[in-house]
Amino acid sequence: MDETMVGIYLGFILLLSIFLGFELISKVPSTLHTPLMSGSNAISGITLVGALLSAGTELDQRVTVILGSLAVVFATINVVGGYFVTDRMLAMFKKKEGHK
Amino acid sequence: MNPVVWTNIAYLGASVCFIIGLRMLSSPATARKGNLLSATGMLIAIVLTLISKDIVTYKWIAIAILIGTVIGFFTARLVAMTRMPEMVAIFNGFGGISSLLVGWSVYHMMRDQGAFTAFTIYLSVLIGGLTFTGSMVAFIKLSDTWKAISKAVLYKGQQIVNGALLVATVWICVLYTMNSAAHYPLFLVAVVLSLVLGVLVVIPIGGADMPVVISLLNSYSGLAACAAGFVIKNNILIVAGALVGASGMVLTNIMCKAMNRSLANVLFSGFGSVTTSKKGGGGIQGEVSPINVADAYLILEAARSVLIVPGYGLAVAQAQHVVRELGELLEENGCEVKYGIHPVAGRMPGHMNVLLAEANVPYDELVEPDEINPTMETVDVCIVVGANDVVNPAARDDESSPIYGMPIVEVDRARTVFVLKRSMASGFAGIDNPLFFKDNTRMLFGDAKSSISGLVAEFKGG
Repeated sequence: MDETMVGIYLGFILLLSIFLGFELISKVPSTLHTPLMSGSNAISGITLVGALLSAGTELDQRVTVILGSLAVVFATINVVGGYFVTDRMLAMFKKKEGHK
Repeated sequence: MNPVVWTNIAYLGASVCFIIGLRMLSSPATARKGNLLSATGMLIAIVLTLISKDIVTYKWIAIAILIGTVIGFFTARLVAMTRMPEMVAIFNGFGGISSLLVGWSVYHMMRDQGAFTAFTIYLSVLIGGLTFTGSMVAFIKLSDTWKAISKAVLYKGQQIVNGALLVATVWICVLYTMNSAAHYPLFLVAVVLSLVLGVLVVIPIGGADMPVVISLLNSYSGLAACAAGFVIKNNILIVAGALVGASGMVLTNIMCKAMNRSLANVLFSGFGSVTTSKKGGGGIQGEVSPINVADAYLILEAARSVLIVPGYGLAVAQAQHVVRELGELLEENGCEVKYGIHPVAGRMPGHMNVLLAEANVPYDELVEPDEINPTMETVDVCIVVGANDVVNPAARDDESSPIYGMPIVEVDRARTVFVLKRSMASGFAGIDNPLFFKDNTRMLFGDAKSSISGLVAEFKGG
């Protein structure tokens, strides 16, 4: 595929994902908005995949490896921290029967 | 089968995990499992990337992942629930900077990019950098350590400066996209420009508008990941980034509606500045009626229904645990207790809900303004804990008020209102609150936590 076709194909994915995102998120109750933010924040750490690819190229590409490794550090904090803190928060949400 | 096919099948699986994980967030009962599913999807995507043939050296990856995991894990374990807005802000920023770095590293390896890829590199750097510094400014504003920054910072010609920078970004974008091989220095200028823009865009926004800003930055961190996905032609980045982008936009929209303001108004108006206009109205006349803990106890003891309305002050005073204790004592006394949560109470969407959940308040006792306002007349006592603007009746009655039209928790229509407040100072928005002067309002001055502890002690003693 040439670059234009790849762009269009990825554009399709983008558009459908955004609409799906709107549908999904509108159903989240306001009581869960903070965990939603930290959880979706963890998902945005998916750039880790791109960061890994840059950090893992041949070592003669020194600058790319350095930039990529820095990106890995930041994205990993985002992913690990995001999921753990979301789990910590969600564990606290209890229904009435649970606490009496 | 070709390993690339396997990687893509794994990405498809990871996308499904993200989508179903978000779907399960629609109920507190399934939310925790949903988060776990989403994390599983992330793990699949990462592991499959690690074993793909594109990765040649693991040394730096191993070190970087180790550092990131340790920092991330301990931050997540140790952060106090009251500090959650700051943590989300800083994590948003980290997502942004990593997208910037990914775009940069790809460009550094191959300067001569086609126009489309060059454009997406530019976008991932611009959005990523803006998200990073914007989030850092938001973090400083939220942590209240630097008072001068916590308020809206406005200066003469601000719009012109921002406008000029915006023109510069577009101009550089055109030059760079046309011929990326020749413009490495210009690209570095764009990196700096994106970082500067982030600071300048967030600095004029006041502390009370932070729920909108965090939501918006949340959205940007997703869009930055999306742009990075276009750079490396990777569909999982685009799917996940778009989901986060959409999520942030939905939240931004909800927050703006809850304040009855447009996004443009929040971003560009510098809310703190409007307070000067109110002086012309002559202020509010009247006497406030203070009350002490002992008298407040007598009224509460006789109450059949109580609504507790928390605000940012609850977080500041760390009063969520004593509030729950008071709530339980009231319930034992045969009183019906509800918590009225305004969408923009606190400094981020859902801030109050998390704090009350931490204190073991069951989530089915939390109600939104729409649910409680119609039956407000039947509420015996409203206890306002550290909330101000979200219970300000001027938003409903006074057309000249800067917050006119904002939906509020109409506590002034309850039989009695207790306002727990340190002093008579205005809220974050700097607007007088006529609620304090109403006949049915009693002011309980002092630190919210010690006032409520006092009430709890009265209940236990009586």
